[in-house]
Amino acid sequence: MPERPPETALVGDFETPDEQIVEESIEGGLLGQSAEIRVGAVAAGGEGRRRGPGLGLGAWLAIGWMVFIVLIAVLAKTGILTWGDAEESFGRCARKGPLADEGSASGFLLGCDSNGRDMIPRLALGAWTSMLVATGAIVVGFVIGGFLGLLAGYFGGKETRFGAVIVGALVGAVFGLIIGGVFFAVLIGLGDNLAGVLGVLFGALAGGFAGYRRGDLDVYLTGVFNVMLSVPAIVLALSLTAFLLGSADEAASGGGLPPELVLIIAIGVVSIPLVGRISRASALSWAQRDFVLAARAQGAKNGRIMVKELLPNVLPAMFSISLLGIAIAIVAEGTLAILGVGVRPPTPSWGNIIALDRGNLFKSPHIVFEASLLIFLTVLALNFLGDVVRSRFDVREGGI
Amino acid sequence: MELLKLIARRAVQLLVVLIVVSFFTFLLIRLLPGDPTDAIIPFGTEEQKAQLRDDLGLEEGFFQQYWDYVSGLAQGDLGHQYSSGRPVADLVEQSLPISLQLMIYAQVIALLFAIPLGVFAAYRSGSKSDSAINTTGFALLALPNFVLALVLSYFIGAELKWLPTSGYAPGWLDPLFDPSRTPDFGEHIRFMILPAITLAVGQIAIYMRLLRSDMIATLQENFITMAKAKGISNRRILWRHALRPSSLTLLTVAGLNVGVLIGGAIVVEVIFGIPGMGQKIGQAIFSREYVELQSYVVVIAVLFVLINFFVDFLYSVLDPRIRRARATT
Repeated sequence: MPERPPETALVGDFETPDEQIVEESIEGGLLGQSAEIRVGAVAAGGEGRRRGPGLGLGAWLAIGWMVFIVLIAVLAKTGILTWGDAEESFGRCARKGPLADEGSASGFLLGCDSNGRDMIPRLALGAWTSMLVATGAIVVGFVIGGFLGLLAGYFGGKETRFGAVIVGALVGAVFGLIIGGVFFAVLIGLGDNLAGVLGVLFGALAGGFAGYRRGDLDVYLTGVFNVMLSVPAIVLALSLTAFLLGSADEAASGGGLPPELVLIIAIGVVSIPLVGRISRASALSWAQRDFVLAARAQGAKNGRIMVKELLPNVLPAMFSISLLGIAIAIVAEGTLAILGVGVRPPTPSWGNIIALDRGNLFKSPHIVFEASLLIFLTVLALNFLGDVVRSRFDVREGGI
Repeated sequence: MELLKLIARRAVQLLVVLIVVSFFTFLLIRLLPGDPTDAIIPFGTEEQKAQLRDDLGLEEGFFQQYWDYVSGLAQGDLGHQYSSGRPVADLVEQSLPISLQLMIYAQVIALLFAIPLGVFAAYRSGSKSDSAINTTGFALLALPNFVLALVLSYFIGAELKWLPTSGYAPGWLDPLFDPSRTPDFGEHIRFMILPAITLAVGQIAIYMRLLRSDMIATLQENFITMAKAKGISNRRILWRHALRPSSLTLLTVAGLNVGVLIGGAIVVEVIFGIPGMGQKIGQAIFSREYVELQSYVVVIAVLFVLINFFVDFLYSVLDPRIRRARATT
């Protein structure tokens, strides 16, 4: 936003709003943390970041912080550089903060947790776990949600029999399984398996037929997203994690999924509709541009247009949103840990460091606050970078 | 007519959500390995367990069980806790008003702060105070609920001892659900201040930024220039002419944000020891009460859809332009 000289009249006091193509404004993402995400245009300027050459000091600080965190995480995980043993207990240091008297915490720069374990290696390893879970979840969400959103946006409003029949049949199959299954099993008295198969069959047929009649892929995909969004994100993530972890725990063979993977799946699934709607909105606005029309006029196939024309335009916006997404997923991991589902001790994550010693908040606050500070700074840096990326890639037309 | 259509559409949506959510939570429970009777009577004999399985309907087919569950839901039967046999509906009745109050307080606090700040930031857009407000808002967005909750409960609660760090006293909504709980408003508010502020802070940042950008757009409109030309004071223009048309996005987002608020309320309740739905959910997870957990998820999904319906309705009531546009199409 260019600086404008202040004018005396009231009306003149207000800067010209940027054109607002608020196709989609998804507020808030997962869990308590919220990020304002807008596609198409930045919400009327004034966010204070100018698009000049070079990055501002803030952006460099944010990049520096992220490099620092990732480096520490990788070094700690690979064991190239350890700061001590994350498992070893030092009785004299238990629950002692860095400023503890009588030197009981000397040698431990950040103090120890309630079991007398050195905070530094735990926080470093925690960084690895938290970043792994957050990045993994966002990759899942972006690959699936981004792809579906791209499809929905590109085919929005167009007749696409083939795709719509397939998606319609899939959606129909799910409903067929539920409604048809109950119908055949309860009312007609067939066995479970037979009833289920019949239900799926009928549902798929009905859905496919509906797709054939009204072939708008977009309608089905948006519908699926909306149903997924109708359960608050944290509740969805929470129940998915609880059930998946529960089945892992109770599997007699002990061959359940590792908790990190469960978290990645749960948070990833929750992010699918959010990412999907954003990518849909972005694709929708690009799909109506002339260059897409030109490509089609030259005989390019749908797939080629999507990959060669749409994707390069959608990606920058998606990249900025993925940074925000990672931030939200880090918070999600913390929230789930506090609610009692998540990475199992002794593996530390930022979330479970807080969750484990939440009871010691009043006596030894340093444990909880050190992890909290790391989460806060990392989320802040990611939000900031997301904003910078968005404003740099946000090329507006008409600004001669 | 318009309204009927809206209600019909929402009813269909509610039905679809109910079917999908109830089925998938049910499916997840069925997929859990292990026998629920082991959890209820771990030391019971085999005959007792078989009897219990029969009582619980576990010997029936999958779809029959699902059907029983859904028809129970339709009659307000949310199942029973494994361990105590208490109906989950009772637990919901106890805890829901507490969570609702918390969310209402948070929303009110958020709007009370966000609206003046947003209006001011738009009015002075580009100024130092505008960018100060914006930067603060940006930093607040990066502050997770649980971090803020821990910070407030440590500094305000434990260090300064101004407010209690955990606990609850009944408020105005509780007696509606259970007449025996007599409210003591002073105590109630003392317990609720910190949790409500925690929940509100994140919302303030979002609402403020939204209102600011909408307001900046509104202030470019001709009717504002007109009002200015008539010599109406800036204050009156801002509050009487510009605020209402600028607040529609805010309202929608405030409605959609109820989902975020519910999520935030869960973790805030756990940290501040408030016996609302969030704490019940935490306990259900801890004690592996999957039927209870499943019922809470269904209840929350239904609530969420209903609240969104209500916001939709409000939306068209508040803005006559939308009402007319809808009526003509």
